[in-house]
Amino acid sequence: MKLNLKIWRQEGPEAKGKMVDYPLDGVDGDMSFLEMMDILNEKLINEGETPVEFDHDCREGICGSCNMMINGEPHGPQKLTTTCQLHMRKFKDGDTITVEPWRAKAFPVIKDLIVDRSAFDRIQQAGGYISVNTSGNTQDANSIPIEKSKADEAFWSATCIGCGACVAACKNASAMLFTSAKISQFALLPQGEVEATDRVRNMVRQMDEEGFGNCTNTGACMVECPKGIKLDNIARMNREYLKAETVA
Amino acid sequence: MSALVKSSLARKWVMALSGLFLVVFLTQHFVINITSVIAPDTFNEWSHFMGYNGLVQFVAQPILIAGVIIHFVMGFVLDYQNRKARPVKYAKFSGNANSTWVSRNMIISGAVVLAFLGLHMYDFWVHEMAYKYVENKPEDPTRYLPELKEKFVDGWRVAIYVVSFVLLSLHLWHGFNSSFQSIGVKSVKKGDSLRKVTYAWAVLIPAGFVFIALFHYFNHIS
Amino acid sequence: MAVLDSKVPKGPLAEKWNTHKNTINLVNPANKRNIDVIVVGTGLAGSSAAATLGELGYNVKTFCYNDSPRRAHSIAAQGGINASKNYQGDGDSNFRLFYDTIKGGDYRSREANVHRLAEVSSNIIDQCVAQGVPFAREYGGLLDNRSFGGVLVSRTFYAAGQTGQQLLLGAYSSLNRQINRGKVQPFNRHEMLDLVVVDGKARGIIARNLVTGEIERHGAHAVVIASGGYGNVFFLSTNAMGSNVMAAWRTHRRGAYFANPCYTQIHPTCIPVSGEHQSKLTLMSESLRNDGRIWVPKKLEDAEAIRAGKKRGVDLPEEDRDYYLERRYPAFGNLVPRDVASRAAKERCDAGYGVNKTGNAVYLDFAASFLRYGKVEALTHGHKNATEEEMIALGKKVIEKKYGNLFDMYRNITDENPYEVPMKIFPAVHYTMGGLWVDYNLQTTIPGCFAAGEANFSDHGANRLGASALMQGLADGYFVLPYTIGDYLSNEIRTGEISTDTPEFDQAEQDTRDRIDRLMKASGKHSVDYYHKKLGLIMWNKCGMSRNATDLQKAMDEIKELREDFWANVRVTGNPNTKNQELEKAGRVADFLELGELFAKDALTRNESCGGHFREEYQTEDGEALRDDENFAFVSAWEYNENPRDAKLHKEELVFENVELKTRSYK
Repeated sequence: MKLNLKIWRQEGPEAKGKMVDYPLDGVDGDMSFLEMMDILNEKLINEGETPVEFDHDCREGICGSCNMMINGEPHGPQKLTTTCQLHMRKFKDGDTITVEPWRAKAFPVIKDLIVDRSAFDRIQQAGGYISVNTSGNTQDANSIPIEKSKADEAFWSATCIGCGACVAACKNASAMLFTSAKISQFALLPQGEVEATDRVRNMVRQMDEEGFGNCTNTGACMVECPKGIKLDNIARMNREYLKAETVA
Repeated sequence: MSALVKSSLARKWVMALSGLFLVVFLTQHFVINITSVIAPDTFNEWSHFMGYNGLVQFVAQPILIAGVIIHFVMGFVLDYQNRKARPVKYAKFSGNANSTWVSRNMIISGAVVLAFLGLHMYDFWVHEMAYKYVENKPEDPTRYLPELKEKFVDGWRVAIYVVSFVLLSLHLWHGFNSSFQSIGVKSVKKGDSLRKVTYAWAVLIPAGFVFIALFHYFNHIS
Repeated sequence: MAVLDSKVPKGPLAEKWNTHKNTINLVNPANKRNIDVIVVGTGLAGSSAAATLGELGYNVKTFCYNDSPRRAHSIAAQGGINASKNYQGDGDSNFRLFYDTIKGGDYRSREANVHRLAEVSSNIIDQCVAQGVPFAREYGGLLDNRSFGGVLVSRTFYAAGQTGQQLLLGAYSSLNRQINRGKVQPFNRHEMLDLVVVDGKARGIIARNLVTGEIERHGAHAVVIASGGYGNVFFLSTNAMGSNVMAAWRTHRRGAYFANPCYTQIHPTCIPVSGEHQSKLTLMSESLRNDGRIWVPKKLEDAEAIRAGKKRGVDLPEEDRDYYLERRYPAFGNLVPRDVASRAAKERCDAGYGVNKTGNAVYLDFAASFLRYGKVEALTHGHKNATEEEMIALGKKVIEKKYGNLFDMYRNITDENPYEVPMKIFPAVHYTMGGLWVDYNLQTTIPGCFAAGEANFSDHGANRLGASALMQGLADGYFVLPYTIGDYLSNEIRTGEISTDTPEFDQAEQDTRDRIDRLMKASGKHSVDYYHKKLGLIMWNKCGMSRNATDLQKAMDEIKELREDFWANVRVTGNPNTKNQELEKAGRVADFLELGELFAKDALTRNESCGGHFREEYQTEDGEALRDDENFAFVSAWEYNENPRDAKLHKEELVFENVELKTRSYK
C-alpha cells in the first residue's frame, strides 16, 4: 500500500522543528509500524537524507521504549498496543498518517521523535522502592503470606512499562497514572506499608517538580495505556496522599 | 495551606471537595426553587427564612461564597498550569478517541456557568443586598415569588438561563462523578451504581431548574 | 601469567562457596567510600550488581544505551525464574538444581559455578519478595510454582508471563534507591566504546554520550561488564534491536578472552519471518508444545500448494500430514528439548516442506487438543452425547484459559486466528551461552574487569535450561559479584582516585575518535542495516542450527569479505556530534562483523556436537548429537587477534568430580 506520512522532524533539542511530508510506497500489511519506519529510513539513507530518529528496542511491547503519537493518539488507533506491536494492516492504501513525538514540558524533544523521559526515572528514584538491602539476608519469601487478589492487583499495577503514553494522551500532560501505578503496587503489599507515607509524598512532590500537569480525571490515560493500567490506581494514590498528609 | 498551592494532589482534593460542596448547595437550592411551582407559600416562607436567618446569612452564605470562589479560582489556576505543561501542541490530537468532550472542556462549561453566576448574582443577590442593607426596606415575607416570576418574563433571559443550565449539566456530568475519583472512592467505573447516580443527578437537577424557568415563563405568557 | 586459572576453591562441592566467602579479602566500609566501580549494562545482572555495590558503600557509575535502566532486554523474559526452594515438597534440592543445569548444559559448564548458582537461587526469591516483586501466589497466600522443560520438579517462580519485567523492575527499584542516596550515578543514553587498561588493570572506560555525541572518559578501580548477549549477530533474533556485543567485544580487544562464542540457543517456537521487512522475531512460550502437535505436509506438492496459497493446511487430510517429531522421537514426541525440536524443523523446511510464503515455517496444531479437552469438558459437565463441534467449542475455551494471551499476541502479529487454523512457528536465535571468559570470581583475564549475566560464558554450558537466565543474572549481580569483587578491590585501597588524564586514556579516546571518523568517512554505498542483514544471513545459514566444516570455513571467508566491504563502503548519515542512531548501529555492526568470524572459527574448532552446537559431521546414525567428552570437555577461550581467524585458543579443562557424564536420548 501507499501512504502519505507527515512526520515531525527536529534536529536537536534547541532546533525548531516542523512537520515534513513523506510519501511511502510498498508498505505491507504484515509490517509493524516500526518496520514501516525502517523502510522509510532505508529509503531516506539511500537518497542521502538523514533518517527519522525514534526510540525503540524490544519490539515486543514490553520495554516501553517506543513512543509515537500516531494520528493524534499515543501508539496509534489500536488499543492495548504499543507502537511496535501496531501493524500496518490497521491502515488503508492512500492513508495520511501523522506521526509526532510525545508533547509535554516534562518530556522535551531530543531529536525528531525522541523525547527525554528521564523525569519518569526521577519520580521512581524519589520513592519507588522498598528500602531493603540487597544482601539476601532477608526473611524467607513465604514468611509473609499475601492474599492472592491483592498480590494479583499489585502485579497488574506493576505491569506499567513506563512508555509515557498516559502523559501523551492526557490533555494536561499529567503523569498521575504512571506515578500512581508504582504507589499502588507497594500500597497493596505488606512490604510496602512501612514507607507508605514518605513514598507517596516524595513521589508526588517529584512528579510536580518535573512540570507535569494536574489530573482532571478525563480517563484518557487509561484508555491509551498499552498495558491497561487502571484509573483505580490514581484513586488509590489520592487516598494514600490524604492519609500521608493528615496522619503526619 | 502552602501544600494547597504546591501539590497537585492537594489541589485535586480541594477542587473535588469544593465541587461536592457546591453540589450539595445546588441540591438545596433546587429543593427551595421547586416549591415555587408546587407550593408557592412554602417558597415564600423558605426564602424568607434563608434571607433573614442569621446563621444562613452570616455563616452559610460566606462559606458558600468562599466555596464558589475557591472552586472557580482553582479551576482557572489548574487550567493555566495544565496549559503550561504542554507548551508545544500536537498538530493532530484525537481527544475524542479516549475521553469525552465534556471532560476535556470543563474550563469552557465552567466559564459559562461563571458568567451565568454573574448575571444571577446581579439579579438576585445584589438585589437582595440592596433591598436589605442599602435601601433598608422592611421585611416582606410575600415578595419572593413575585420577584422570581418577574425574572422569567423576558424570553432572552430565560434562553440564557436554559443554555447555562445545559452547560452546568455537562459540567456536572463529568465533575460530580470525577470528584469521587479525586477523593479516592474505590469504584467509579463504567456501570457502577455510584456513577449512574451522579449521571442521573447531573441531568435531573439542571433539568429541574430549566423546568422551573420554563414553567414560570409559559405561565406568564398564557 | 597463569592464564585460565579458574580459581575454583578447594574442598567439597557444596562447601566451596562458603569457604571462599570466608577466606577472601574484604574492604572495610571507610575504604569503600574511596573506591569507584563502573557497571556497564543495567539489565538484571547490571542493575542488581550496581545496587548492591552502592549499598555496600562503593561509588558506582552505571551505563546503558537506553533512556532508562528499566528498558534493558531482561524485561522481555516471560516464563520464570528457577530456585531450589522445594516449597512444593517434591524433592528439590540445591544438588538437583545443580545436576539439572549441568546436564541441561550438556556437560560443558564449570561444576563449582553451577553449584554456587543453585545455592544462592533461594536467596534471590527471598530478596525479590522483600523488594515487593509481585510473584504469582496460591489462594493460601504463599508463592506459586510451575514446572518447566527438562526437569522433574516444580521450581519455577513466575509473575504471569512477565517474570523478567517484574524482576528487572525490582532490581531497578533497588538501583533507584541507591541513585536517590547518591551512591549510584546513572549514565543513561551512554554507550561504552572502549575499555581503558593501565598497567595491566582495567581502570575505566571511554563512553559516548548518545544525545550530545560527546566522547567521555570515566575512571574507576574496577569495571563490570553486564551488557548481555550477542544474539543480534544473526540480525534476526528475539533480542532487542539495540542488544549488542560492543562492550564485551571492546573488552575482548583489550585482552579479555572470549569463551565458547559458538554456543547459541535457538528457540523452537517463534513466530516465523513474514517477509524481507522483518526486523525482529517474537517468541511464543515453550509451554505451547504441551498441547500443540507439530507437523508439515507429507507430500512436497502439498507444501508447494500451501506456500503458493492454493491450499490451506487446515484442510489437509490426516493421512497427508507428517508429525515428524512424533515420528522421529516416539518417547518424547513434541516435547523434545529446544535444540532437538529446532533442528528437526529446519531439516523439514530445508527439504522443502515449509508452510509459509518464505518456506520457513512448520505447523503447531491445536485441533487435537480442542477435541481432547472438549471431550473431557463435556463429560465432566454431564453432557454425554456432545457432537464433535460442541466438543471442539468447549475445548477451545479450555485452551483459551491456558494460553489466551499468547493466542491473542499471535493473532495480532500474523492476522491469523490460531483457534481456526494451525499456528505457524519457526526456530529463532534466543540466547547466547558464550561470552567473556571469567574465573570463579567472575573476573575476566584482565584484572579489575569483571563480567556478569549473559555477558559472561558462565554457567549454562552448551545449552541453557528454561527459567535459568533470570536466575543467573540476579545471582551474579546480587550475591556473587559484590563478594568476589571485594577480593580484588582490597588491594586497591591505597590506589587513590583514578585519573583519566593519563596516556592510556588519551590513547583510548584517540582510538575511539579515529574509529568514529573512519565510520563517518567510509564511501557510503550501503546502509548499516544492509550489512547487518547480510551478516545475519551468513550466520543463520552457515553457523545456525546445524553446522559443518565446509560451511563454517566459507562463513569465515564471507564475513571477512563483508567486514572489509563494510569499512570501505558503509554509509553513516548525519553528524557524529549529535544524536545519531546510524552511527550507534554502525559501531555495533562493526563489532558483530569481527565476532561473527570468531564464532565460526570456534564452531569449526569444536569437532563434536553438544547442546546448541550441532556439527553435521558428528551425529549418530539416526541424526542425534554426538558429544566427544574425551577430546572436547573444555572451555574454548579465545585471545584477541585482529584477524579473528587467527585468534589464539586457550583451553580450560572441565573437571567433573560430582556428576557422571551421560548421553541424552529422547527416542
